[in-house]
Amino acid sequence: MPESHVILNAPAIQRALTRVAHEIAESNETAGDVVLVGIQEGGVKLAERLAALLSSIWGQPVPVGQLDVSMHRDDLDQRVAPKVHPTVIPFDVTGKTVVLVDDVLFKGRTIRAAMDALNDFGRPQRIQLAVLIDRGHRELPIKADFVGKNVPTSLAEQVHVRLVEAGAEDEVVVERK
Amino acid sequence: MTWQRQHLLDIESLTADEILTVLDTAKAFKAVGERAIKKVPALRGRTVVNLFIEPSTRTRISFELSEQRLSADIINFTAEASSLKKGETLKDTAKNLEALNADFIVIRHSAAGAAHFLARVLKAHVINAGDGAHEHPTQALLDAFTIRERKGRIEGLNVTILGDILYSRVARSDVWALTKLGARVTLCGPSTLVPKAFEQMGCRVTYNVEEAIRDADIINLLRIQHERQRKTMFPSINEYISLFGLNKARLARTKPDALIMHPGPVNRGVEIDSEIADSSRSLILEQVTNGIAVRMAVLFLVNGGKGPQEIAAT
Repeated sequence: MPESHVILNAPAIQRALTRVAHEIAESNETAGDVVLVGIQEGGVKLAERLAALLSSIWGQPVPVGQLDVSMHRDDLDQRVAPKVHPTVIPFDVTGKTVVLVDDVLFKGRTIRAAMDALNDFGRPQRIQLAVLIDRGHRELPIKADFVGKNVPTSLAEQVHVRLVEAGAEDEVVVERK
Repeated sequence: MTWQRQHLLDIESLTADEILTVLDTAKAFKAVGERAIKKVPALRGRTVVNLFIEPSTRTRISFELSEQRLSADIINFTAEASSLKKGETLKDTAKNLEALNADFIVIRHSAAGAAHFLARVLKAHVINAGDGAHEHPTQALLDAFTIRERKGRIEGLNVTILGDILYSRVARSDVWALTKLGARVTLCGPSTLVPKAFEQMGCRVTYNVEEAIRDADIINLLRIQHERQRKTMFPSINEYISLFGLNKARLARTKPDALIMHPGPVNRGVEIDSEIADSSRSLILEQVTNGIAVRMAVLFLVNGGKGPQEIAAT
């Protein structure tokens, strides 16, 4: 039986997201230029929650899209084919500040693939990165602009973000195999 | 589910879940084809050989475009220009292509089992683009994709396949795919071209066209394949047109929402009236568009290595 412990419970996740939303608002003064893009599949629900929080801070709706990075991964010949989720970007990203949203930042390879995939949709003015958990162990020179919580982990551990939208209770769990 | 296969050789050996995985993946690739930039780097640096030993235009072009949209490098190899004409065996030809470090071989061949044979002797991923009268798996997958996209489901639908069934690899692959996904399939055509033995595949056989099309949600028309018939299997084309051709009078007796499919090339005025082929009930051109998405999905899925299922926690 793998041993696991909860590092963020539901209120703590909510507080972290609220703080991240305020940080995004603080670093982007012109609200109309900001769009959120959640990375499939863990980042999609978080992007929607952040968009709702930002909409109430700015008093105007914040566009939100979802991006699948499977086709842009660098390890496709080393693993079984990943499940491909829909990519829906219902706005032009050119000239916008795109805030990529993901649940866990780990090696940074997903984010590299996401920036590559996003480029096919236009040329954003800026790309920023918001994550709920940064667990370290980067393999690429990538850094998040907004972090819910930094969690030092070992490579033998897994970080699971569970959300009510997926039928679970809101919590972040570290599991040791 | 996770896709574990290294090749796509037939539909017969696939499970319903595997077929649905291809269709779901193809949905994402269809969206790629609708963007301004229609290309993704999934097969960057991989080499695909299109080994078309039997003439083909639309399937070859569809595979080529799919491969280009996945950023693969492509070698085209056709029967006319090949050393097979000089007496080289299929195995030697394929071994030579593999010596060029080809990662994928897409093969169209007049002999049933050609793709299975290559999969046994080569390390490359093999995709069957039609082997004799045996199977044409990507055609069946694109047919299933098109039906599901337009009707929202496949389970419970009545699908009628009308025409030359005996010589048709499309019919065989379609029957496997659609029955596995829960459709009720009816085969119809001249009795010489629709053997009763097909009933063992789990479908209905009838020689009465009115009965075959009356309750159909989908009518899939197949071309009379002159090139595969050693002798004439029915008295004349005119008799075929009058007994089995889909004309306006027959169409009027189908369900109002029945849709028409055809794998092409269409013989206008034979199996289908020209006007019907161009009508809003015809899915013929959608099938062509969807073929690219489905073939991209197949290439993407078989490219998967044998490594871990998921990259540990993102």
